[in-house]
Amino acid sequence: MRKFREFVIEKTILLNGFACILFVVLIFFFLAKDGLALFKFVSIQDFLFGTLWNPLAEPPQVGILPLFLGSLIVTLGATVIAIPLGMACAIFIGEIAPRWMRETLKAGVELLAAIPSIVIGFIGMTMLGPVVKNLFHLPTGLTALTGSIALAFMAIPTIVSIMEDAISSVPRIYKEGSLALGATHWQTIYRVMIPAASSGIVAAVMLGIGRVIGETMAVMMLTGNASVMPKTILAPVRTMTATIAAEMGETVRGSEHYFALFALGLVLFVITFFINLVADAALHGKQK
Amino acid sequence: MKNLRGYFVIFAVLGLLCAGSFLLNAAGETIQIKGSDTMVNLGQAWAEEFMAENPQASLAVTGGGSGTGIAALINGTCDIAEASRDMKPQEWDQAKKAGHYVQEFKVAVDALAVVVHPSNPIKQLTFDQLSGIFTGKITNWNEVGGKDQKILVLSRDRNSGTHVYFLEHVLRKGNEKGPEQYAPATLMLPSTQAIIDEVAQSESTIGYVGLGYVSPKVKTLAVSKTNDGPFVGPSKAAAMDKTYPIARPLLFYTARAPQGSVKAFLEFVLSEKGQGIVETMDFVPLGDKA
Repeated sequence: MRKFREFVIEKTILLNGFACILFVVLIFFFLAKDGLALFKFVSIQDFLFGTLWNPLAEPPQVGILPLFLGSLIVTLGATVIAIPLGMACAIFIGEIAPRWMRETLKAGVELLAAIPSIVIGFIGMTMLGPVVKNLFHLPTGLTALTGSIALAFMAIPTIVSIMEDAISSVPRIYKEGSLALGATHWQTIYRVMIPAASSGIVAAVMLGIGRVIGETMAVMMLTGNASVMPKTILAPVRTMTATIAAEMGETVRGSEHYFALFALGLVLFVITFFINLVADAALHGKQK
Repeated sequence: MKNLRGYFVIFAVLGLLCAGSFLLNAAGETIQIKGSDTMVNLGQAWAEEFMAENPQASLAVTGGGSGTGIAALINGTCDIAEASRDMKPQEWDQAKKAGHYVQEFKVAVDALAVVVHPSNPIKQLTFDQLSGIFTGKITNWNEVGGKDQKILVLSRDRNSGTHVYFLEHVLRKGNEKGPEQYAPATLMLPSTQAIIDEVAQSESTIGYVGLGYVSPKVKTLAVSKTNDGPFVGPSKAAAMDKTYPIARPLLFYTARAPQGSVKAFLEFVLSEKGQGIVETMDFVPLGDKA
């Protein structure tokens, strides 16, 4: 009886493990099936490097370059804001804060991750937008920068929590050795602790970026969604995720527009896949 | 033995769940209504009133967009598709292939108001000027008689039937397959409320919204189809007597000639009471059967 039970449980767990991979593979094939159908109508160059996104035109223009650059500029902006903040926060929590404060801060940062993105979008629209507009004397507050700031807040919890784990898993003897050699606390942090935790830090940053590039709701509400080639971070942009979310509901099934949105999803999938791959490589590559 | 009993409990629960969902399906002849986000509140209001009058009836209204609704109709997962745009030829083909005889019903009218910031001195615009502004040919308010200020153009996003209607009937001036497009710099906002908020905040904006959304925070413009007038401001009366040029029909599609409860619901919608609900939801009733 016990053997039978062991067998069943073991196989169930095995099946569950494979199921996850199976789902990813199925999603990929589903995306690829409808996404690649686009290239019966449009050449890959026109799709990847076209600068006009007018899927309702006759014939449809489905150049994703402005959308790709839109995603890129929002993500870069968010990364530039989130990394220093997140890193400082992680170092403070992991190294400097006294124990009682550490627990409170960690819980607080994790709470930030629990805020739904639509709430962040809503707050950004009513509070952040007008501030950005007045600060830079812009015609509208719905810009790439507004989206970047909101997304930075969504990436910070991911970055802080993984970075803090990385920093606190640096062996104590490193720190003690450094202090024994006469280094100050700060010198120890940035000459010993950070280099020793660097693989975890890179992984944290990459996962933070992955979180940002896939985010949809807040960007859709905050970036204005104009499909222009972005010239500055203070102008409205349209991201890939917002495009899919905004256009899928109304498109004609089986039309070029429909396939173009799937192809866009495929591009997004490939990008996040590579980001996760890099994060994974950083995390495991150095730990050997 | 204990273990076996555990498995038995799991199977029993699973069995019950299956039976339960089966019973639910059998008992509820729920009318599924799906489609346009513009119409979802209107559909909900109709459904509530209809269910109050006919307690045995059960209706479920969901949004998702006109395209979603039409696709669901073709796939047979809804009974009525709400649409704020016409079905496209490709969709008619798909419906025919699936063996449906799709019927179209006009159930209400939605008038679109062109709105600007209250401080904007402009009072009226022609279709030519509107088309120029939204396609990006006119970029400064002084080109249409206003202040020297860059125009910030706002639109609903492409998932909106409103977007498509405005494109076909204002930008392309009725020539549905025309070459005109929204300028790439147009801000595509995810909701009508977002357009109202942005217009109320920013002096240089222009946008379009359903008549029901107009508030004192924004100023509506009179529009004219031709270059020499007459200019008509948006109002329910003007939309009903068809003098206001930017008004579009809101539609129901059914997969076949309506029968039973679907037919009863449709009759209710077109009745005086149903059209009264249209008015309370800030849309324009059909008026005389035209």
